[in-house]
Amino acid sequence: MSNVLKSAAALFLIFSLGLAACSNSPAGSVRQGGASGASGSKAMQAVAHSGQGGEISGEILVFTAASLTAAFQAAGMVFQTNHPEVSVLFNFAGSQTLSRQIAQGAPADVFASADRKQMTAAVSSGRIAADAPVTFAHNRLVVITPASNPGHVSDLSDLTQPGLKIVIAADAVPVGRYTRIFLEKASSMNELGPEYKNQVLANTVSLEENVKAVQSKVVLGEADAGIVYRTDAAAAGDGAVQVIEIPDRLNIEADYPMAVVADSANPPAAAAWVDFVLSPAGQKVLASYGFIPVSKDQ
Amino acid sequence: MDLYRFPKTSSWPVGESGNGEPGAGRRAAPRRPPPRYQGAGTWKAAAFPLLFFLIIPVVGLFLYTSPADVIAHAGSPTVRKAVGLSIWTTGVTTVLAVAAGMPVAYLIPRLRRRLRRVLETVIDLPVVLPPAVAGVALLITFGRRGLLGTYLNAAGITISFTPAAVVMAQLFVASPFFVKAASIGFGSVSRELKEAAALDGASGMRIFRHITLPLTAGALTSGAILTWARALGEFGATIIFAGNFPGRTQTMPLAIYLGFEMDLGVALTLSIILVATSFLVMSITRLLMSHAEV
Repeated sequence: MSNVLKSAAALFLIFSLGLAACSNSPAGSVRQGGASGASGSKAMQAVAHSGQGGEISGEILVFTAASLTAAFQAAGMVFQTNHPEVSVLFNFAGSQTLSRQIAQGAPADVFASADRKQMTAAVSSGRIAADAPVTFAHNRLVVITPASNPGHVSDLSDLTQPGLKIVIAADAVPVGRYTRIFLEKASSMNELGPEYKNQVLANTVSLEENVKAVQSKVVLGEADAGIVYRTDAAAAGDGAVQVIEIPDRLNIEADYPMAVVADSANPPAAAAWVDFVLSPAGQKVLASYGFIPVSKDQ
Repeated sequence: MDLYRFPKTSSWPVGESGNGEPGAGRRAAPRRPPPRYQGAGTWKAAAFPLLFFLIIPVVGLFLYTSPADVIAHAGSPTVRKAVGLSIWTTGVTTVLAVAAGMPVAYLIPRLRRRLRRVLETVIDLPVVLPPAVAGVALLITFGRRGLLGTYLNAAGITISFTPAAVVMAQLFVASPFFVKAASIGFGSVSRELKEAAALDGASGMRIFRHITLPLTAGALTSGAILTWARALGEFGATIIFAGNFPGRTQTMPLAIYLGFEMDLGVALTLSIILVATSFLVMSITRLLMSHAEV
């Protein structure tokens, strides 16, 4: 039973999942932790160089973390005002889904991830150069409750009330991983009691597969509380949810890395997009959606 | 091979609604060799592409993993919890679909034409709807602030994020399969036979038990199996309405989906268990039924 058979089988598996092309990586090999160690400034310079000079046109497909939905749609409109010849298309999904899709050959031009881990996974699949990713925004976590606040949650310690229904994201999702880091910090720093993490997890009724699903279940009132990015709370709109801030010392600072895919069909336009998001104009758009801009001299 | 004898579910019965036509009933002829047909080779060649396309991804699943891999992952808590939850929720769903679906299926062939059409469409709707639509619909109906959920919540009953929500999602998308198959079965029972029994003094209940039920056993079983199989594969309505929590609402399809993003080994192991179980149950039932009928 040869490799030919095996790879044929792999191909059909991927084919039947509706994804194009193939990756020869065995099961689980894309699971790698750790930061990519990419130098942001270098990538920025490269991008700045390739983005300048010459007309850009055509289409680019930006694979975008779900938490960036509203911000990138707005940024896309601004970008297209300045580059009418380029049409920017987005594929919004959980970063972990996007990184799998990219690893399996989906036709992306840019990947904007909600955490380093999924970017690293995409890099290790070989479709993104190791020095390509550049951090373009930061985000933080908040606790949200439905506007009517049926669980009477007014501060972080209320999340341990027995019987409360809390919804968080699954571990595979960046925001889910950050949520566990926050809970871990809160328990170990002993501000909310050493059992804080376990108590909150005991109240957890669902592990959603992306951050927007967490938000929807809270907005609909199905859950008493949820943990999302502060940008999601801002996007939910006035009065849709109540927000409980998580102090900085317990919070995480989520890095959003972005990179041009190595075999992009339209590298100049893709680089111009990355360039724009890092520009003052792009950063201003992101900030208006609650993201924390990256400092200039990073 | 009489693989495709029992699911007579391709269309609704028309003209067999108990208006005096002698139904096909039990007139299945003794087994004969299949009739000869011309151009057998051409037909076989033309049938090959689709068969190949249907079979090869399943084969691929088995080739991609090694048995050792499957066994290693089969013991993981994620897999065990998902399998256990799937088994008992689909079991409850099938029992409920049969119990609650039987009266509906019995009623349909007896209705006047226009009303029957309406009811058939209603029953068909969950089958053609995307399951995600079913999930959203269930959520805004039975959710804590939903149409009915508000009252349930006031009475202290919450459904979402519980196994009850899993069963409801499965029942919504899967019970029509039973109702459809069973109503075709009920519609095909000869009215004369029942009238004869009634003349002989048998009560309605006795006729149902001793004539209708035995004659429709095949249709009822096939319907129940289709319902079970559809419930086992249910994903979209479940993740939206019931959420995802290991041991509580994370059925096998949900664990496969999340496993695909986190641990491919878990996803592949569950896929193989799902394929193997479905295949086994379908095969055994078909075997039992072909024995029962001979």
